[in-house]
This record gives sequence, C-alpha cells and structure tokens, in this order.
Amino acid sequence: MPWKLLRFGVSKKHPEPRMFTYHEKLKTHYDVVIIGGGGHGLASAYYLGKDHGITDVAVLEKGYIGGGNTGRNTTIIRSNYLTPEGVKFYDESVNLWQDLSQDFDLNLFYANRGHFTLAHTDSAMRTMRWRAEVNKHYGVNSEVVDADFVKRHAPMIDLSCSGHAPILGALYHAPGSVARHDTVAWGYGRGADMRGAEIHQQTEVLGIDVQSGKVKGVLTSRGYISTNKVICAVAGYTPRILDMVDIKSPIYIHPLQAMVSEPIKAWLDPILVSGSLHVYISQSSRGELVMGASLDPYEVQSTRSTLDFVEGLSSHLLDMFPFLSNVKVMRQWAGMADMTPDFAPIMGKTPIEGFYLDAGWGTWGFKATPVCGKTMSHTVANDSNHPLITGFTLDRFRNFSLTGEKGAASVGH
Amino acid sequence: MKIMTCPINGARPVSEFFCWGEIRPMPDPDTCSDDEWAAYVFNRNGAPGVKKEWWCHTASNTWFIAERDTEKDVVLNTYLFEGEIR
Repeated sequence: MPWKLLRFGVSKKHPEPRMFTYHEKLKTHYDVVIIGGGGHGLASAYYLGKDHGITDVAVLEKGYIGGGNTGRNTTIIRSNYLTPEGVKFYDESVNLWQDLSQDFDLNLFYANRGHFTLAHTDSAMRTMRWRAEVNKHYGVNSEVVDADFVKRHAPMIDLSCSGHAPILGALYHAPGSVARHDTVAWGYGRGADMRGAEIHQQTEVLGIDVQSGKVKGVLTSRGYISTNKVICAVAGYTPRILDMVDIKSPIYIHPLQAMVSEPIKAWLDPILVSGSLHVYISQSSRGELVMGASLDPYEVQSTRSTLDFVEGLSSHLLDMFPFLSNVKVMRQWAGMADMTPDFAPIMGKTPIEGFYLDAGWGTWGFKATPVCGKTMSHTVANDSNHPLITGFTLDRFRNFSLTGEKGAASVGH
Repeated sequence: MKIMTCPINGARPVSEFFCWGEIRPMPDPDTCSDDEWAAYVFNRNGAPGVKKEWWCHTASNTWFIAERDTEKDVVLNTYLFEGEIR
C-alpha cells in the first residue's frame, strides 16, 4: 500500500484539494458560456484558457461533470477513419491524447493496445483496404492483415466465428488505445478551473436569449447570465438546445448501449471490433471486458437499457469467443447518441452569431475530446472555424456536401 | 422484451418491427426552393415528445402508424393508415 493512502485514513479532513472549486453563485456576465460539462465542454474551457487566454468562462452542467456520454462510452481511441477530413481530425486527437497525462499531471491510464476491425466478407475487406490506403496517405499507422495475424494477437478467438462468419482479415491500427474516461473529465475540469473557468453543476439551461440574430444571454435554473458567446456541447440533448435558438438540424437521438463483465484474468490485449457481428470488445486494466454493439433500432431520448441488448451482444460475442460462456455480465447502461446522416460531427459556427455547436458526436465522440476542445476554443476565440473542422459545419446539409464517414463507424449501424 | 401492437397481428415482440421514422409532409419538389427541399431531406425533429411514426411489422409487411412518447419509450396507440397525408 502506498504511504500516501495512510494520510486519507488518519487525517480528519480530506487531505487532497478538490478537483475544482465550488462556486456559490453565478456571475451576471461571462465572456463565454459552455453548455455541457462533459469532456468536450470542459476541454473547450481548458483550451480557451490555456491557448487563448480567455478565462472568464462558465461551464454549465445539468447533472454532474462527466455523467453523460463521457462516462458512458467504451473508451476506445483511434484515428483509422475513412474520409480525409476525419483522418486528419482524429489523428490530431490521438497526438493530443499521448501528452494528456503529462499536461494534467493526472494518470489517464492511457493504454496503447492496438485496434483490429475484423472483416468477415469480401466487401468488408474492400472497405478495410480503402481505409488503410486513406490512413497511410495521411501518415496514420493502419494496415490490412490476414486472419493468422489476428489469431497471433488474440489467440482465444474462434476464427470461424462458430462457422457462420469466418474472419478473412482485419484492418490493424497499432495506435488504437483505451483510457480511463472519468479522469478525462476531471483532468480537463481541474485544468480549466486552475485557469479561472467556473464549473457549475446542477445548473440547467432553460433558454437562450437571441436578439436580432445574436446571442445576448442564457437563462438558467439559477438565474440569467449575459454573454455574447455560447458553446453547445450537450450530445443527446442537442435537439432540445437547438429548439431554444430555432435552428433546424438533422440530428436524431438513438440510445447506444454497453456492458461490462465481471473482472477476469488478463487474456485480451488488443481492442477488437466486428462490424458484421455488431461487437466491440476490449479488456480494461481491472480485467473487466468492456463491450458494446450497434445503436438501438429506433428513436428514444432516455438512458434505459434493455435485456434484448445483452442477449444479442452475448450471442455474437460467444461466436467469437466461445470460452466466455460462463463469464457473468456485471452491469449495463445506455447513452443518448446524437446521430447525423453521414456519421460525421456538426461543429463550428451557426447561423446565429455567437452560438457555436459541438454536436453530432453520435457514437464516436470520446476519442475526439482533446481535438474538439482545441478546435472549438480556436473557433470561439477567433470567431472563425478552425481549419480542421471546415468539413463538419452545419451548412453541409444545405449544400448536399456530406462527409461520408459511415464506413469507419465501429459497427454497421 | 419490448412489445409493439400491430393493428392486424396484435401484440408482438418489437424485434419483429421496423421503424421508418416520424411522419413528415413532403414539399412539392417542383415548386419548393432548394433550401426547403434540403431541409426536408436531412432535417429531423430530434427533441423528445409524442410522435406519429411509420412502423412496419416485417413478418407480415403490415405498415401502420404508431403514436409513441419518445422520452418515456411508451407506445400510446397504433392504427392503420387511412386517407392521405398532407
């Protein structure tokens, strides 16, 4: 046991400072108000202070920080996307991830595991070759590998998948990693707080004051704040916030579920994804298997989970790993995924001056947390979209110029 | 298991059904503007509420309308479509 822990046992007061300051009251004005205290919102506050010297910032969170999709994802970090816009964007994010523990002085348990996207059909192999070539062109480490290579890295796998979906090969992405998701919210929150931003939990946004096309203020459950700049980073709540400012969007909400098993001895090093079997799986540092599948099949704005999901996912998982049949599922949960038609996010400026959107993060938002903070803070500080997000603006749906990223979604949604 | 009531076949597991999304009036493509058409193609009402949706019982290919509270995930009513949607 580390000696440090003894201090917690013997001292009357909690011997460590809180991660961030509690503020009794909201101020009447902030330079920037960020709606949503998840990873994206807190990262935006962090980089506004760190890169742009903007510290008069309030982060408003309806619940508690990191309690939404930041704490509900399966923590996979990768950049093996399909479109040039996506690959460049997520690659920058992976670069930022590598230094984050140092930046925060907080251990994110960032673990580089390697990421396999399994292909069970010729057409899937074709998509893997396509993704590998796009990735390599932009300097991202991805290659197509054969089934034997998969077997060497995951020896417990049944390559035939019980005979009905034999694995032909995979897209192998060596930088694929996992990290501890709560720490990401805490690290960004603490860093933003140290630089002067205020984090207000239990503070719900009830309305946004827009006058002649410009943001003037935000009405919250704890009073009115005047501000000229608002960042909306609320994932599954995005349509409700957009209704307040009367912006139409293609975003629709489906639940995405996940589950973990009881902790077992370490046997699975890489992260495995199968689009055909609708499975993704990795083993956490505590030994739990972290598993997810595809979206729920119809629109629901709640976070209830279902037995159908556990049954379906378990059945597919047993095709890949028959020896897991006696392993127990420990818990399951759901998050509200804000989906877009082209599976790319919606970011940057909007028709309303001073209202910036960081949304459409559907099932792919956690890995983008650092780069979203970087690019959104730049966009707000300069009132001009960061070059990395110009392919993700809302007006692409007016111009029919989509950024088709569906082929890089982890499982066939 | 979630249950959906088909107007023809009665209560069945929801896995037998397919949701085709909210009923939305289509603008006349000959007369509407490009922006109106793009809005019809892409934009959706993503906020929660009681919505009228097209559903299909795939086993019998029965198309019908379900009124559903998308926040509580409760089906309030299902019935066959009659008449014209405008």
